[in-house]
Amino acid sequence: MNRAKLERRHARRASLFEKSLVATAGKQAFAMLKPWAMARNPVMFITEVGALLTTLVCVQDLLRHREALPYTVSVTVILWVTVLFANFAEALAEARGKAQADTLKHTRRATLARRALAGGEELVNSDELREGDIVLVNAGEIIPSDGEVVEGAASVDESAITGESAPVVREAGGDRSGVTGGTRVLSDQIKIRITAGAGESFLDRMIALVEGAVRQKTPNELALTVTLAGLTLAFLMVTGALWPIGRYFGVELPIPTLIALLVCLIPTTIGALLAAIGLAGMDRALSANVLAKSGKAVELAGDIDTLLLDKTGTITIGDRQATEFHPLPGVGSERLAEAAMCASFGDLTPEGKSIVKLGERMLGSKAPRETPGAKVIPFTAQSRLSGIDYPDGSSFRKGASDAMRAYVRAQCGSIPDALQGLVDAVARQGSTPIVVAEGPSVLGVVALSDILKPGIQDRFERLRAMGLRVVMVTGDNPLTAAAIAGQAGVDDFIAEAKPEDKLEYIRREQRAGRLIAMMGDGTNDAPALAQADIGVAMNSGTQAAKEAGNMVDLDSDPTKLIEIIEVGKQLLMTRGALTTFSIANDVAKYFAIIPAMFMLAIPQLAVLNVMRLATPQSAILSALIFNAIIIPVLIPVAIKGVKYRPMGADSLLRRNLLIYGLGGIVSPFFGIKLIDMALVMAGVV
Amino acid sequence: MSLIFSVLILGLAVMLSWPLAKGMIWAMCPGGQAGGFRQGLETLFQKVGGPAAVEGQDWKAYCRAMLLFNACMFAVVLAVLSLQRFLPLNPDGKGALEPSLIFHTAASFTTNTNLQHYSGEVSMSYFSQIFGLMWLQFVSAATGLAALAALARGLSGKTEVGNFYRDLMRATFLVLLPLAVVLAVLLVLGGVPMTLEGAATAQTLEGAVQTIARGPVAAFVAIKQLGTNGGGFFGPNSAHPFENPSFFTNLVTCVSIPLLPMACVWMFGRITGRMRHAAIVFAVMAALLMVKVGLAVHFESAPAAAFAGLPVQVTGNLEGKELRFGAAAGPVWGALTTATSNGSVNCMHDSLNPLTGLVPLIGMWLNVTFGGVGVGLINMFIYIIVGVFICGMMVGRTPEYMGRKVETREMKLALLALLVHPLFILGGTALFASTSWGLAAVHNPGAHGFTEILYEFSSAAANNGSGFEGLGDNTVPWNVATGIIMLLARFIPIVLPLAIAGSLAAKKPTPETVGTLRTDTPLFGWVILGSVVFIGALLFLPVAVLGPIAEHLAVAGK
Repeated sequence: MNRAKLERRHARRASLFEKSLVATAGKQAFAMLKPWAMARNPVMFITEVGALLTTLVCVQDLLRHREALPYTVSVTVILWVTVLFANFAEALAEARGKAQADTLKHTRRATLARRALAGGEELVNSDELREGDIVLVNAGEIIPSDGEVVEGAASVDESAITGESAPVVREAGGDRSGVTGGTRVLSDQIKIRITAGAGESFLDRMIALVEGAVRQKTPNELALTVTLAGLTLAFLMVTGALWPIGRYFGVELPIPTLIALLVCLIPTTIGALLAAIGLAGMDRALSANVLAKSGKAVELAGDIDTLLLDKTGTITIGDRQATEFHPLPGVGSERLAEAAMCASFGDLTPEGKSIVKLGERMLGSKAPRETPGAKVIPFTAQSRLSGIDYPDGSSFRKGASDAMRAYVRAQCGSIPDALQGLVDAVARQGSTPIVVAEGPSVLGVVALSDILKPGIQDRFERLRAMGLRVVMVTGDNPLTAAAIAGQAGVDDFIAEAKPEDKLEYIRREQRAGRLIAMMGDGTNDAPALAQADIGVAMNSGTQAAKEAGNMVDLDSDPTKLIEIIEVGKQLLMTRGALTTFSIANDVAKYFAIIPAMFMLAIPQLAVLNVMRLATPQSAILSALIFNAIIIPVLIPVAIKGVKYRPMGADSLLRRNLLIYGLGGIVSPFFGIKLIDMALVMAGVV
Repeated sequence: MSLIFSVLILGLAVMLSWPLAKGMIWAMCPGGQAGGFRQGLETLFQKVGGPAAVEGQDWKAYCRAMLLFNACMFAVVLAVLSLQRFLPLNPDGKGALEPSLIFHTAASFTTNTNLQHYSGEVSMSYFSQIFGLMWLQFVSAATGLAALAALARGLSGKTEVGNFYRDLMRATFLVLLPLAVVLAVLLVLGGVPMTLEGAATAQTLEGAVQTIARGPVAAFVAIKQLGTNGGGFFGPNSAHPFENPSFFTNLVTCVSIPLLPMACVWMFGRITGRMRHAAIVFAVMAALLMVKVGLAVHFESAPAAAFAGLPVQVTGNLEGKELRFGAAAGPVWGALTTATSNGSVNCMHDSLNPLTGLVPLIGMWLNVTFGGVGVGLINMFIYIIVGVFICGMMVGRTPEYMGRKVETREMKLALLALLVHPLFILGGTALFASTSWGLAAVHNPGAHGFTEILYEFSSAAANNGSGFEGLGDNTVPWNVATGIIMLLARFIPIVLPLAIAGSLAAKKPTPETVGTLRTDTPLFGWVILGSVVFIGALLFLPVAVLGPIAEHLAVAGK
């Protein structure tokens, strides 16, 4: 991805705590206090119930003029703040998604569309378009809704959606017929069949998704919620048992203290951030310009085992380039280079240009120049060769081996015996042989090779470190495919691939229990896209492909799969890391609260006050305050995600266990002590 | 000296567990055609039991069969105990038992707990001891073995997990019976009585007449030790000179406590085909066990607080110990017997130093440092699933165990299984510590009395069966409460893990890649260790502090 694109993306992403977002989220946090809204999240629901209970105790203390009032009020306030922090985290993540959606919404402004009728056309509002309508769009007009080009070809500016300013060509038939509502036609006129009615276009769906209208808990999120609910129940038992046990020891434990202990122990940190993590995952996919049809798909991306990548455009640059001159015996390589250059002067295809470039590099100042007056023989489907005729009578030709044989014979030349060997040798290296002749005599062969994208081997190396298998899909013959596969370092390849082959390959892998991701654009890719566990359709692709996949890449960038997988993995890692952190925190909280609770009845327990917290009350308040403020402190981790590095599972686990496990045990000891010192200094306790 | 003793016991047990596991595989999962005696046994069994005894069962049918069989056994033993005065083999004319005690005892032995609110030599006829209690000591241990075999088969991807009746038969006759015979012979050689004659009467030098209880002790002690049962023939259990007369018998019986639970880990590894994973689990269990044994010996090497500083005290705490074993044998046994859900004792746990007393409690709270026969590893499986789920996410994939995804259903079941144990311990303790039911039974005030209540419920919930004692617990509330807890705490944590295995087996296996969390590395050992220690600590730290730790601090502070 180029730098400019990165910057554009960056500009579209709001900074983490942007003022307007924080304000919206802050308001939303209060609105979310409704208990029926909280019930979705068992951990925070229990916290809210605890806050309600302590509020009641506050009222009681006030009416009976109890001494404990200031303490009870402090506990109550911190509990409510904890709940608000949790709501704020979720609201902030949601607000960020909405902000992204809003920028996209600008492109969805209602426009006028010219709907084709039997007798002519009528002007309608884009909102009124239905699926199946045919509309006409002229240069300069905005495409009213998602659709497929049925007639004509046009260059389209899709920067509103992809951020890419270079226009793309969209034409009827073939695999580049899909157009997106909100993009602008720059030249020519096209006829479009509308494929999505009002409110159903991809933009609409995406906006609905990020706005949470159709948000559902993903499978892993659900499993984690169950786990957290189970842990909450366990701690409810632990604290619940302490009250009667306290009476055995002659201690009447105050309700606010018990609730404080409970809230400290239940995994509020992850409970508060869980929803935000999921939302942020969707948001990260979206800022990679990938539109996922569900949160489930993003989560599943982390589990992918096998990647199906198209060779052209993903693994190789796409255009073949001249890489080497192979002269026949008795022919100087400089002579061949000169002839090949001359034969290519009129050829403006990337392949032709690359021959000229290679010749210039080899010959330097001795390279021939284009001379005016020469007659260019263009490539035609019949002759399958191209070249140039000079006024002095000399002529140069280049082309595929069989076409050139026919040409040389027609010129009454002879075919050297060594030619066939040379041609085969070049093909075996994974290159395409182009035969060059001057007049009737064959000089040699130019090898046109696929050029691997720079750094692609490293990228595959990283994928392998993550445990992924990369499979290259290509239309090349097996010989060439094997050669390129070897150079690029992929694990397997499908040569001379037909769409059915892809489908069959995916099914075979799935039978072995693997999860497959693939990317495609054509209508004939649709079955494979539907079969794959993650099917990413390119936005430039056909409607059928987009319907079949579970994600759409707005950039139509074939390497995007790798980014998507990283987003999925990051999502799961963040959940695991924050859960571990949350539970690890409990050790320090026990050391703060348990001695404080029973210090009066069993004074010897003071030994366990390892943090030397000032008073029992300050110990409980400090633990509770730490428990609350850790939520906003960790919002950046939840939203940005735990840093993902492509490495094996064991190294990842070791790293995360050290940071979030060990860190989770140690950090609250310092945090609680610091808060306690601050409380003492402020004279609160 | 005590160090050599501990290392000797653990070393012997570890060494013997490996070949024993091979034998267990031969017994439980025979491959190919068996011949001779084995074939005869299987054919006979098939003839007696009919098709129900051989057909394959899925986890549900397996659990149903297990519950049905155990319910029948429970009923039979209820009847035996109720009618013992009408039954034969009652040379000393033992009378009827109190109904709640009968319920408690039947529940206790059905569930492999062997919590005894009676003294065998006072209350039980030989018939009750042999055909009621000892029979249950065999089949309850066999039930555990069968359940583990089924779990392992489920985890290796089979939806048909075996046949409970056949597994039970194999475990009883091919594993437990031969082992028990060998151990009983060793014990007889060591001087343990084995007779059906009634109590002996002796005239002492002072002319007093003394009745000396005896009976088929060696047979009873052998299966009590091997099957993690722990219920003694006599009230004082293995502290009694007829159950455990010498250093030699003490060594042999001590080794046999963790033997089968250790072998169970290897058996699990063999059935699932994941020996390296089993080795990691074994290492974690062994490490925890060694720490506990070490701590117990260390804490007990200090004199009891009352003797501290007095010239009479030259060695560790000898209160409540048998002098023929010395001060270290008690804590070693205590740590082993509670770590493995055995529950036999060779010293009085009530008299242990407060922190030493914490070690058996930890053993029962965790209940996985080899744990009961079969069920120890089943408990560990729950910790593994929880550990795998939380840590599995940290590698960026949906958590997997043995190639299958761990999702909502599995976590729901795992958490339920995990919560049963603390619910019974904390709930029971809270209830009895705050009502006259418990307060009336406590003989010591303050933290020590609290520990007595806590210990009793821990022992019942862990199906351990050891007693802290010092508690007048043969009352209706205690008998009923701990009886119910033993039954629920036995079968819920077997059924739920089998349900998890069934749910996992129904899923499509995922091939393992470098991106998969590996379960056979030392790192994964840390994950399991962390999940056991963390969950245990978070659930039980408050009661540990209020009981043994507070007592220690109070005693030390004086």
